[in-house]
Amino acid sequence: MKSITKQKPFEEIQELLSGFDRLFIVGCGTCATMTRTGGTEQVIEMKERLQELGKRVSGYAVIPIACDEMTKETLKENNRAIGDANCILVMACALGVHRVSLYIDRPVIPALDTLFIGVEDSPGDFREVCAQCGQCIIGETAGICPITTCHKGLVNGPCGGTNNGKCEVDPEKDCAWTLIYERLKEQGRLDLMRKYHPPHNFQVSPRPKTLKIS
Amino acid sequence: MTSSFKEALDSGKFVVTSEIAPPKGTNLETMLHHIELLKDRVDALNVTDHQSSVMRFPSIGGCLAIKEHGGEPILQMTCRDRNRMSLQAELLLAYTRGIRNVLCLTGDAVPVGDHKEAKGVFDLDSVQLLKAVHILESGQDMGGSELDGAVEFCAGAIVTPEANPIEPQLIKFEKKIEAGAVFFQTQAVYDMDNFAKFMQYARQFPVKILAGIVLLSSARMARYMTENVPGIFVPQNLIDELSDAPKGEVLAKGIEIAGRMIATLKRNSICDGVHIMAIGREEVVPDILAAAGL
Repeated sequence: MKSITKQKPFEEIQELLSGFDRLFIVGCGTCATMTRTGGTEQVIEMKERLQELGKRVSGYAVIPIACDEMTKETLKENNRAIGDANCILVMACALGVHRVSLYIDRPVIPALDTLFIGVEDSPGDFREVCAQCGQCIIGETAGICPITTCHKGLVNGPCGGTNNGKCEVDPEKDCAWTLIYERLKEQGRLDLMRKYHPPHNFQVSPRPKTLKIS
Repeated sequence: MTSSFKEALDSGKFVVTSEIAPPKGTNLETMLHHIELLKDRVDALNVTDHQSSVMRFPSIGGCLAIKEHGGEPILQMTCRDRNRMSLQAELLLAYTRGIRNVLCLTGDAVPVGDHKEAKGVFDLDSVQLLKAVHILESGQDMGGSELDGAVEFCAGAIVTPEANPIEPQLIKFEKKIEAGAVFFQTQAVYDMDNFAKFMQYARQFPVKILAGIVLLSSARMARYMTENVPGIFVPQNLIDELSDAPKGEVLAKGIEIAGRMIATLKRNSICDGVHIMAIGREEVVPDILAAAGL
């Protein structure tokens, strides 16, 4: 599981940083390193680009797991450089940005957009497979989540836009229900496609979702 | 007040429906003209619901206009733009204003339309919307609360007989029937033999099927549809007929083809009726009916 990010357009980052001339940059050693959006290489590249614009970069740190509470310790170690900055630019997913914001008493700016939680099929090839809806039905849909994989999130079968196994929205994308159909057929479980799925319960865990294990 | 469309379906006659598209804006002149032109020529008129995800005057507004002009409307309702509360509320409104027919659709995807950044709602799907209609008919809402005054609708859905693969489509067709659909309007069909095969299968269910007839206005449009529109297949001989038509007579050829298909379906009792979609050329629907001998 990885939090999949992409870098914001540089113009947007510049806009977000306007008024801040001394920066500290934070990267993440986990997901953002695998997606090549917030690893050491990208952090150094960002540092150089910002320096070219006349910004002063007081330091940087690539935190092992930015969303983790240990982030607090890494930030402490960089206390002095962070103290020199008037803004923190975070090259991690929003979970990392949020975590950093909890421990630093100055503006925290995201350099990345968080796209989805996904899997890596092959190096550099990421795909969304779960929308964390809290009501898993993939036991009846051959392991393929239609809420995530179907553009419209349909749970009772394909729409009229299914097009020779592809989705009308994007011919590069598979029709989730064709995939589900083929797998269930192979397993001799096509009767599952006839099952009526009621409307989704959006309050199964109302937002903001929390969980405490006692 | 009952649905005159439902009466037509139950009468066993060859039922004809057509559809009108509300305007992009507040000028209702063209839509009202189409209503006047068609209301007495067909058994019911569908009003499209932001067709192709293009924002327009609402479907229910068009249906009310049809009622005001003495016609029989079929309210097209997609799940794209409203959550379950809003859909139910609109069904309550429709019922109080004499609208008795509803066509339950999933709705096109948002990115194919003209508000590409909008949120696609899809809180319900077409099967769940059909169920919702029947829950409201039972005197309750989807939350389980009692209604002060229920609804009664002739509820329908759509099916795509040319979908590939076809089996998932047929399974969904059966789910829609179980959810309460009593009539179906099909996606455009052109291959009459293939459609007759679909009907052989569909005849085992106690529902009325109206074949979708989309006017072919040129060979180019026919080619475009067969290549780009999911679930539509236009046989080459029809495309040839259109491209062989003399200049200035191509539309007339399209009308002739549509009329011929309708006449074939009626003569051979292949299905229970037709749903004519002229897509911007509603003016010629009476010509199609004439060409079909209706």
